[in-house]
Amino acid sequence: MKVKKTIDDYIVDIFCYTFLIILCITIIIPFLQIITISLSPIKYVNSFGLKLFPKEIVFDGYINIFKNNQLWIGYKNTIFVTVVGTFFNVLITCIGAYALSKKDLPGRNYLTAFIVFTMYFGGGTIPTYLMMRQLHLVDNMAVYILPGIISSYNMIITRNFFMSLPNSLEESARVDGAGLLRIFFVIILPLSKPIIATISLWYGVAHWNEWRASLIYVPDSEKHLLQYVLRQILFEGTLKEESLVEDVREVIVNTETMKNAALLIATIPILCVYPFVQKYFVKGVMVGSLKG
Amino acid sequence: MKEYSGYYLMLLPIILWYIIFRYGPMYGIVIAFQDFYPLKGISGSEWVGFKHFKTMFTGLYFLPVLRNTILISFYKLIFGFPAPIILALIFNEIRHKHFKKISQTISYLPHFLSWVIVSGLVIEMLSPSRGLVNYFIQLLGFDPIFFVADPKYFRSVLVGSGIWQGIGWGSIIYLAAISNIDPQLYEAAAIDGATRIQRIRFITLPSLAPVVTIMLIFACGKLIDDNFSQVYNLLNLKVMSVGDVISTYTYEQGLVQMQYSYSTAVGLFKNIVSFSMVFGANAIAKRVSEYGIW
Repeated sequence: MKVKKTIDDYIVDIFCYTFLIILCITIIIPFLQIITISLSPIKYVNSFGLKLFPKEIVFDGYINIFKNNQLWIGYKNTIFVTVVGTFFNVLITCIGAYALSKKDLPGRNYLTAFIVFTMYFGGGTIPTYLMMRQLHLVDNMAVYILPGIISSYNMIITRNFFMSLPNSLEESARVDGAGLLRIFFVIILPLSKPIIATISLWYGVAHWNEWRASLIYVPDSEKHLLQYVLRQILFEGTLKEESLVEDVREVIVNTETMKNAALLIATIPILCVYPFVQKYFVKGVMVGSLKG
Repeated sequence: MKEYSGYYLMLLPIILWYIIFRYGPMYGIVIAFQDFYPLKGISGSEWVGFKHFKTMFTGLYFLPVLRNTILISFYKLIFGFPAPIILALIFNEIRHKHFKKISQTISYLPHFLSWVIVSGLVIEMLSPSRGLVNYFIQLLGFDPIFFVADPKYFRSVLVGSGIWQGIGWGSIIYLAAISNIDPQLYEAAAIDGATRIQRIRFITLPSLAPVVTIMLIFACGKLIDDNFSQVYNLLNLKVMSVGDVISTYTYEQGLVQMQYSYSTAVGLFKNIVSFSMVFGANAIAKRVSEYGIW
């Protein structure tokens, strides 16, 4: 269907393309700017003007930040929590979702309500904190994994996915004498790659971006997560700096290249995997939204 | 019954987990009605009824904090809620496949960054001495503005950065709904001489109504639920008067000042309000439009 473009068409097109180009620029430019600042000598960072590309490259910021032990501790902890945490997240979410996907399971609706209720009501910061203390999870690496092992939302969408699988597959396996565990691991899980990919990525990113648990539950800096360490590097003295007099600035701006280097180092892993995993995330939203 | 025992066995650890980690803290809410001392525990602490709730509403700090929370959430609803819908409509009008794909990919990106990183970027971009925004403001002959530390602009910074972070991701769900619209509707309309704007107005928008309703219910339920991660990372002393919200206030009162009972009372108040808002919004939506979450 080829129709000649009218003025109306041109207006819509111009508006849409302009809007999207501006949106993309606002997303790309901050990254260009932090790359530039992290690689530039102090004088250039401090000068007035548009700084999208570095004029002269120095690695002082990176050399300083690589000496920062805390950042590497954070990195190590975050990688550990992301890998181990995500594994258990996915395993337990799938087990629960599978049992809940049995339509004729007596009491299924009550169980679902029991789970969904917690999505809308909770104890709040202090009662949760007291609970964690009672369970000896305060200042314990397990606090990053155990309390968040299930996300109710992820479990519900996984359940919906299992419910959409054909029932006859399981029945024939049962006739052939397969037990529950065998059916689950040999038939159901291999068929569920799309949903498993989706929730793995969701859980994984949540672990990677976690910082609040360090703030609230973990005083010991040996157990801090990357984003929390980054927070400490970034926001200590963010405000003081602007009011300082010119001669003190040199030192401060030097920490500025360091801050931007740290910001990039924490972002790079996400930027690297993002293009490859992005389509799974999108699929997951669709799975969740259309059948929810 | 026997044939189900395997499933119950699978569910047992999960139910236990919910009881300990989700319902356990709900039991802790009773300390809102006590003068809780950690050494005495819940059973040994003195009951004081609604004392902390009275302090909350008569004290100097809570009402401004509540006001900040409601104002910020309200602005986020007015400006932030329609933004992803508009973006989805725009994506849908783009015929150039590669351009569409690239711009979509870029627009989803901020959603995957933590608020620590996003706040870092926001502060850098808005910095009065180095930030790009102030560079342009100065080019136009105005004085630089310290957005993040100016009470006049702080709420706009929260709303703006919230939109920036969430607009792309939020649009996916509306795009999914748009892709379910029967293309014949558009063809028929085009033959009848409908312009593109008319097709958006009379076909796309009405088809989105159910999804929009459901998303609006969720958004209403969250009206009092400020985003701790976002606010806490951007908040600073100069903007406390306009930016301190319930979640940052309960954190400060509870875990920094150790006012356990008072802070729990504030949290409970927030929880009850947001819980009733989800249900209220759902009931209204059902009556008005027959769409609802449940």
